[in-house]
Amino acid sequence: MLRIAVQEADFDAGAELVRLNLPGVGGVGSFIGVVRDSGGIKALHLEHYPSMTEKAVKRIAEQAAARWPLLGCTVIHRVGRLVPGENIVFVGASSAHRDAALQASAFLIDWLKTSAPFWKREEFVSGASAWVAAREADDTAAKNWE
Amino acid sequence: MMRVLYFAWLREKIGVAEEDVAPPPEVTSVAALIDWLRARGPGYAAAFAQQKLVRCAVDQEFAAPDMAIAGAAEIAFFPPVTGG
Repeated sequence: MLRIAVQEADFDAGAELVRLNLPGVGGVGSFIGVVRDSGGIKALHLEHYPSMTEKAVKRIAEQAAARWPLLGCTVIHRVGRLVPGENIVFVGASSAHRDAALQASAFLIDWLKTSAPFWKREEFVSGASAWVAAREADDTAAKNWE
Repeated sequence: MMRVLYFAWLREKIGVAEEDVAPPPEVTSVAALIDWLRARGPGYAAAFAQQKLVRCAVDQEFAAPDMAIAGAAEIAFFPPVTGG
């Protein structure tokens, strides 16, 4: 029921949604994060802590599954160099009813942003580069689920 | 002896991704380890200058500064996470 992947390769969001449509499902919720084309960004570099990442992501998915009656739950996070328009992350949750599917999807992305060991570095068209700073709004969004 | 890992700008400031260290026995917590590492050189001092921007994991679990490090095999330092 839980599907977790951390990978350089892109994912097929359509195929992932189909995979979440399991027997008994009445609704599939999802969120896809993509590299925003803004501020002269040439690429986004996603670094992670390989021996910890899958464990941390799995824990977040397990929390969602404990909180809502989910039939399917998927988290796919890409790493490496991604250009504007490319997919970064897919989260999806399916359940008998829409509330659980939608809320679990929002929970998954809010918690991924604050509780999984990934770091973004922006590569600018100018050749400069800068690590993305954590946003207080993301911490607040995650805390709102407590 | 324990392995210490650095990620993102901590790695860049310190200049290595990982190293084996053997802190003295009085270094018993994450906070004490940070103080001990800070004295190893200017790169370390720069990396740990703003302690509120440093997060830690002990054996791949997020850890608070007062977390004991006795028996830990792998300790990682990194900035607040920015994935998703």
